[in-house]
Amino acid sequence: MSVGSTLLALLLRDLRLAVRHGGESLMPLIFLFAVIILVPLGVGPGPNLLAAIAPGMIWVAALLSSLLALENLFRPDLEDGTLEQWCLTSAPVTALVVTRLFSHWLITGVPVILVAPLAAEMLYLPDRALGTLLLSLVIGTPILTLVGGLAAALTLGTNRGSVLLSILVFPLIVPVLIFATSAVSAAADGFETGANLGLLAALLVLALTLVPLAVSAALRLNIE
Amino acid sequence: MMFEKLKVGFHRLGSPPTFYRLCRRLSPWFWAGFALCAVIGLYQALYVVPPDYQQSDSFRILYVHVPAAWQALFGYVLMSILAAIALIWRIRTTEILTMMCAPVGAACTFICLATGSLWGQPMWGTWWAWDARLTSMLVLLFIYLGIMGLYSAFDDRRKGARVACILVLVGLVNIPIIHFSVDWWTTLHQGATINLFGESKMHPSMLPPLIWMAVAVKLMFTAVMLDRSANELVDQDRRKNWVRKMIGDYA
Repeated sequence: MSVGSTLLALLLRDLRLAVRHGGESLMPLIFLFAVIILVPLGVGPGPNLLAAIAPGMIWVAALLSSLLALENLFRPDLEDGTLEQWCLTSAPVTALVVTRLFSHWLITGVPVILVAPLAAEMLYLPDRALGTLLLSLVIGTPILTLVGGLAAALTLGTNRGSVLLSILVFPLIVPVLIFATSAVSAAADGFETGANLGLLAALLVLALTLVPLAVSAALRLNIE
Repeated sequence: MMFEKLKVGFHRLGSPPTFYRLCRRLSPWFWAGFALCAVIGLYQALYVVPPDYQQSDSFRILYVHVPAAWQALFGYVLMSILAAIALIWRIRTTEILTMMCAPVGAACTFICLATGSLWGQPMWGTWWAWDARLTSMLVLLFIYLGIMGLYSAFDDRRKGARVACILVLVGLVNIPIIHFSVDWWTTLHQGATINLFGESKMHPSMLPPLIWMAVAVKLMFTAVMLDRSANELVDQDRRKNWVRKMIGDYA
């Protein structure tokens, strides 16, 4: 089996599993809306205040919901021995890791981008900022998946992974949150967004380059 | 010949009993150096240096705040170098040294944040500001805590140390962001005052105690790290022969 067909098989298997789990795959999305609905209930329904905090709230909700699905990113494969097979196949582990993270992004990241216009409308985000919000999510959600995947791989060998996982993700994701929300806020105020989106893209390139290597090192350590 | 001897000596450090004895032998010297530098530094900082023309005496907290901040960052760099050595050559004693950097570094970060907060209240009129530099320091504290948490979450401490070493290297990316954050999003905190190359913006009379205190904090960091490593090693190896023999010697 060539490397390409191995990766394609893994990708199709992950997507098929997500479709067959159905409702379970949609849980993070429902959680995202729960957060978005709680915000007006918490801070009051005033459109001006909601519009001002909308970029940050949508991004925080996206970040929190991305944490939910991480627990099962590698754990079932560790328990049934699939990860050991990963290390034995001819395909490089790093390529398998990238494929797994890509399918995870398709399952958890893309739906968030698709429902973002609805969330933006619920929080009265100005229409001219919508394009920037979507662009920031397109660049930013893969970083959430990459960093979250790293935390999931690091905590794989522990039995109380989930709390630790969010503590590990939070410091690493701070720059993403800063650049993404500054870009959206700038767009809402009618300013230039290129610098912030450019820095966000730089973070994506950095994460895309380094994280898969760290993840495969962590996976190898955890199956030892 | 000389090189061969050095090489053998270096490899011996990987052996727990030798490493343990070295830690125990070196740490009193670091403690003594710390006490000396701290006494000189604190005396100069509290009695010799004149009050600031604007902040009068309250600026003196700088002599704890700045050395702690420097050590919080320097400690992280040291930890990253040790982590790289531990991961590449798989030396167990280096893994322990790396992990023992984290609590001391976290303490330095906490001292930096706490003294900064006490200083900010009278000078800026607020205990806390969401300034880039303050936020980066807070994030650094959480990275330290994450490393400690990850290390302690594993039943197999050796595996925990190795996995946490990866996290140390990942977190290293955060250090340049902290450094450049002041230039990127300057808000409230002043920019860098001390210039290693070229003229510093600080009055020369204020500088000597800062250097004494910086050296003192570095020596203290090393002393605590060595003591903690020796304790951790004995704790991990408490059922091993060399520890039993050693305790037998003392008993």
